[in-house]
Amino acid sequence: MREIALQGLWKNNPGLVQLLGLCPLLAVTTSVVNGLGLGLATLFVLAASNLTVSLIRNLVRKEIRIPVFVLIIASLVTVVELTMKAWFHDLYRVLGIFIPLIVTNCVIIGRAEAFASRNRPAAALFDGVMMGLGFTLVLIVLGGTRELLGQGTLLSGAHMLFGPNVDLTIDLLPGDGGFLLALLPPGAFFGLGLLVALKNTIDRRMEARSVAATPMVLPVEQPG
Amino acid sequence: MAPSDRFSRSMAMAAALLAGFAVVGTALVALTQDATHQRIADNELAYLLRTLNEVVPASTYDNSMFADTIEVFDPDLLGTEEPVTVYRATREGQPVAVILTPVAPVGYSGPIRLLVGVDANGVVTGVRTVDHRETPGLGDAIELKRSDWILGFDGRSLSNPTLEAWAVRRDGGEFDQFTGATVTPRAVVKAVRDALLYFEEHRERLLSGDPGQSLDVTSDIAAEQDQG
Repeated sequence: MREIALQGLWKNNPGLVQLLGLCPLLAVTTSVVNGLGLGLATLFVLAASNLTVSLIRNLVRKEIRIPVFVLIIASLVTVVELTMKAWFHDLYRVLGIFIPLIVTNCVIIGRAEAFASRNRPAAALFDGVMMGLGFTLVLIVLGGTRELLGQGTLLSGAHMLFGPNVDLTIDLLPGDGGFLLALLPPGAFFGLGLLVALKNTIDRRMEARSVAATPMVLPVEQPG
Repeated sequence: MAPSDRFSRSMAMAAALLAGFAVVGTALVALTQDATHQRIADNELAYLLRTLNEVVPASTYDNSMFADTIEVFDPDLLGTEEPVTVYRATREGQPVAVILTPVAPVGYSGPIRLLVGVDANGVVTGVRTVDHRETPGLGDAIELKRSDWILGFDGRSLSNPTLEAWAVRRDGGEFDQFTGATVTPRAVVKAVRDALLYFEEHRERLLSGDPGQSLDVTSDIAAEQDQG
């Protein structure tokens, strides 16, 4: 269990290591709330599809597994889309096309194929939640960085997620004028690149430290 | 059992299984659709009404504005080859204002879709940007949430300022341009002016003509989203 969590949140993070689902990752992360909204939607689909795929893993022959996975994922995404349109209408208007596009997020079919179809339901569900959380965290951090640099705020637009009377906006750099590039598409690439670099640096530091502590143990690469 | 028999049996099994999942998936989507469609329609109507009320305040009229619409067509003044929807506000049966939905065709990057509210005397009650792709940080100051520039049209009419002064300052007019962006405000000023000219020409028909086609509001919004 601990290993599954570690894989999803850090070692095999969908956004930073597997680099899957980049299209929505780069497109919607102009603010924390947008990132959180898409992250939660993806998390839900990922957890539900992992659970379903695991439950039917002995029923479905391997020749037709891909179409079956696609059917499951597409149905779940449509359910999420309709639910969001009904209960989080403003957020849906902002995220727009990227909600239905969750269907094409490779993280989801990737986990169905690589993990859920080979593991028991509880483990598959947990893996889905952890992978979803890992993805959501990257969306939040990237969204937060870009929002802060580009607009000087954090958590603007929280009413779209938490109801009309909630205003959590933190204005950190008052005055208009932010670093516009951060909000434009190139800013998304720069931001993600820096995050990946940061993660790799931390990994290398920790590796060096553990090698120094126990020189006989070689670090084992996890297969992607 | 002959090998070909086994083969066709396993194919049939696979097909049946696949069909089974398709049925379950479709049922799930259908149930959700059934549970949410009323709420979604309400949301979309509320959104439309909220936008319309920004341009013509709810306190000034008493009809269902979104249901009292006519379709007009004038590519020169309204900026699009498509029919343009006009929403009409009345109070106790008397026309109060109309909301035109013209397009400024020559924005910096593509068309800018607007709502222009005009009262019965030809005075602007409000202008809002519905949809645009102008440069973030420069041209997007036409959005109310970025700057209050768009409020500068409130209370204007074809005689205030005069027709020649309906332009940005750089062109000798009365409206501010933005630092680093002249094309966007120029396009919007021209579109609002043209909408007023259109209103002037067709005032009677816009204010009190019979409703041409009453649009299905929900499908109209869906069509807009498809384009976006």
